[in-house]
Amino acid sequence: MSGRYSRSGRPRPVGSRVDLYVWYAVRISSLALFVLALAHFAMTHFVYDPADQSAEWVRQMRWSSVTLRALDWGMLMAVLVHGFLGMRTVLQDYVPSRLRRVALGILYALALALFVLGTQVVLTLKIG
Amino acid sequence: MSSVELKIQRFDPERDAAPHWVNYTVPVEPMDRVLDVLTRAKELFDGSITFRRSCAHGVCGSDALMINGRNRLACKVRVEQLGKSISVAPLPGLPVIKDLVVDMDAFFGKYRSVLPFLVAEEPAGEGERHQTQEQRDRYDDTTKCILCAACTSSCPSFWAQPDYVGPAAIVNAHRFIFDSRDEAADDRLEILADEDGVWRCRTTFNCVDACPRGINITKAILEVSSAIGSRR
Repeated sequence: MSGRYSRSGRPRPVGSRVDLYVWYAVRISSLALFVLALAHFAMTHFVYDPADQSAEWVRQMRWSSVTLRALDWGMLMAVLVHGFLGMRTVLQDYVPSRLRRVALGILYALALALFVLGTQVVLTLKIG
Repeated sequence: MSSVELKIQRFDPERDAAPHWVNYTVPVEPMDRVLDVLTRAKELFDGSITFRRSCAHGVCGSDALMINGRNRLACKVRVEQLGKSISVAPLPGLPVIKDLVVDMDAFFGKYRSVLPFLVAEEPAGEGERHQTQEQRDRYDDTTKCILCAACTSSCPSFWAQPDYVGPAAIVNAHRFIFDSRDEAADDRLEILADEDGVWRCRTTFNCVDACPRGINITKAILEVSSAIGSRR
């Protein structure tokens, strides 16, 4: 610690806006989740009868609407962005700096894999 | 004269492998402060009890300690506010040099990193650089900082990542960023824009709770964050 922060102060950081964008993304995705998750809850519990909602019903009925399919994809993306950026924060706080790059790399790879998988399912699942 | 049970976390790097607690029964007057009790314990029981003190009136910030589990100035807390049992430990998260004295080098290094001085290239003109009352009010709260480190050493983000520049440095950057006479706000915002700058604040408000000067530190940090966001 005192090696890095000498009497003359810490090294001047290289100008970057990444953490600013992350800060905004976490907050915007939380607002999106507030709307989308409540809408999802209302739809699954009040608009449609929960007893009817099997996986087949979701495929045939709900996802036959492009709008509802897009809303579900939006919620999935908001969850991914919010959850993984939250995990990024946890790793930055608690993983020692020598291991942080590896840990963050694994996290980003996992996020990308889930993004691709989720998007592929939403785009390609056949209706009826 | 009544007495209190004073428990001091002691550590002598030449003798001890780890810090340990030592108890003293210290006679006290009703209006005594913790600093008076420490001084009396040093006089009566053990002259090697080590702690910092200077002005003893809440201005210099030398005697910030963890008292009954909270960071405070020993000269601003009266014994009657704490009861019959008082525990005193060094500020958490900073390396202990001896007993209650911590190494503040890294703390002041971070403070220096935010350019905590007025940068104004133009000559002052007729003696002074003027500003309106509104311009002065913009950063009035953060001028109160006495660099005692009570805030930074109470911050869980700092405990987890000692590279974090910390609330005290951000407060002192705020003091100049929003000063209408200063010309280096962009430099300070750039310095604070990385992951060990303002973005490591998790708004836990420990700093606000710890500040002996009552500075709304979290608000100041968020104002600096907003300034970074609105910067071109």
